[in-house]
Amino acid sequence: MEVKEKMGRLENEEYIINMGPQHPSTHGVLRLVVALKGEIVQRVEPHIGYIHRGIEKMCENLTYQQIIHLTDRMDYLSAHINNEAVCLTVEKALEIEVPERVKYIRTIMSELTRIQSHQLFWATFGMDLGGLTCFFYGLRDREKILDIFEESCGGRMIVSYNTPGGLMNDIHPNFQNRVKEFLKYFRGVIHEYDDLLTGNVIFQERSKGMGVMTKEEAIAWGLTGPTGRASGFSCDIRKHNPYSAYDKVTFREILYTEGDVFHRYLARMEEMRESMNIIDQLIDNIPEGPFTAKMKPVIKLPEGEYFQSVETARGELGVYIVSDGNKNPYRVKFRSPNFVNLAPLNLMARGSKIADLVAIGGSLDLIIPDIDR
Amino acid sequence: MEKSQLYAAIAAAVPEAATAEGKQFVELTVAPEKLKSVMGRLRDESNLSFDILVCLTGMDYGTDLGVVYHLRSYAFNHMAVVKTRISDRENPAVDSVCSIWPGAEYHEREVYDLLGIRFNDHPDLRRIFLDSTWGYPLRKDYKDDVNIVSK
Repeated sequence: MEVKEKMGRLENEEYIINMGPQHPSTHGVLRLVVALKGEIVQRVEPHIGYIHRGIEKMCENLTYQQIIHLTDRMDYLSAHINNEAVCLTVEKALEIEVPERVKYIRTIMSELTRIQSHQLFWATFGMDLGGLTCFFYGLRDREKILDIFEESCGGRMIVSYNTPGGLMNDIHPNFQNRVKEFLKYFRGVIHEYDDLLTGNVIFQERSKGMGVMTKEEAIAWGLTGPTGRASGFSCDIRKHNPYSAYDKVTFREILYTEGDVFHRYLARMEEMRESMNIIDQLIDNIPEGPFTAKMKPVIKLPEGEYFQSVETARGELGVYIVSDGNKNPYRVKFRSPNFVNLAPLNLMARGSKIADLVAIGGSLDLIIPDIDR
Repeated sequence: MEKSQLYAAIAAAVPEAATAEGKQFVELTVAPEKLKSVMGRLRDESNLSFDILVCLTGMDYGTDLGVVYHLRSYAFNHMAVVKTRISDRENPAVDSVCSIWPGAEYHEREVYDLLGIRFNDHPDLRRIFLDSTWGYPLRKDYKDDVNIVSK
């Protein structure tokens, strides 16, 4: 009798478990407090801030050239695109037109950044769902892009290649050949990605119909990037408000309507192919010219406020700078894509199994330093 | 829609806001008590339909605190900026826009955490990054005894 009573109580009781802050599938110091009933998730409450460095506060004491180096450390897989966002904002404020050569190189570098970021997504997402081979394959190919970065920028992940007005230095003479070699190589092996994971029945069973966000929800929550586009929310900044050389290329915005884990994954896979098409159109046409516009060593933005969005590998990164005319900004705000994409996690994961929470979290492609800033 | 047309449309739809055809986007300045009704109309008017909250920024203007909202329309791809200023530094409060854009929840928690602005009717207003022993670091009068950054 007593045992039966106890059993009954346990069945109806909700219990709370901590996932993280040190957990392999949260990819960083994210802590999820999960309320469970049996195996079913009742509530997820993300606790963030473990790696909050106060980048926005630090920016208020730094010059614009110095801020660039902090933006690398937000979303370290989209480092180049983050740099570009700040540079574009500063250039917009100063009304500087950067040389065509710079625009082309920035766009190519951004797309290479996107490919390597999605490769790492594919690698770790496969690993989260139990396919360790993905991790090796993904990193094998990503290494080739990092080598290209190293040759031209000096850095591999934290590149800091953009400066306000242009680039740190010109591209390596070997750059175009290396990129073309890589594209040829990667087109040859990308089918392995699909063979290994996309067509896998176990993978599909675990990802289809999981963590669904409708288009209306995606718009209301402001989801961007592949996460938003998998729900049918056409939010590609490159398409709608083109910057750098994106107005000179034709590419397809990847849109799905299902909005589940599988289609978020698929959107990233297709984006890698589109990125290669974009690079194809630019790599042979890089115009000759200087690699930076003429800039003063001390940059003072005119008084006012400036906003610029770019499309990182994870979504829309907005940079909002308020200047009072000094060499330091008065206020800098980064609208980071991951911070916004994390918010509806509770909505997505409610009612699914605890093991699927790993898949849902993985499909958002979270980078924790970008959430905490 | 051109910016001047958008400016006229917004000025007609929300006459109580001070609208200006700003440098980059149309800018509206709204009193905190009218904010929610203005925001509701900006989203619901069929020719404006600002259905995406892009960015929500807390500001310290020295004397006043403020909140800046960057809005975008999915259908028309136009943007506008709404600003509100709160003169009470001791007990700053403004209405939450979570019921209009659910995505505002985290943004508002961040502003509350770093600037101490309270949002009325917010579903879950707690500090998001820091614990309760911290002051409000993004305020200009914040003194940091321990750490290094100084001009």
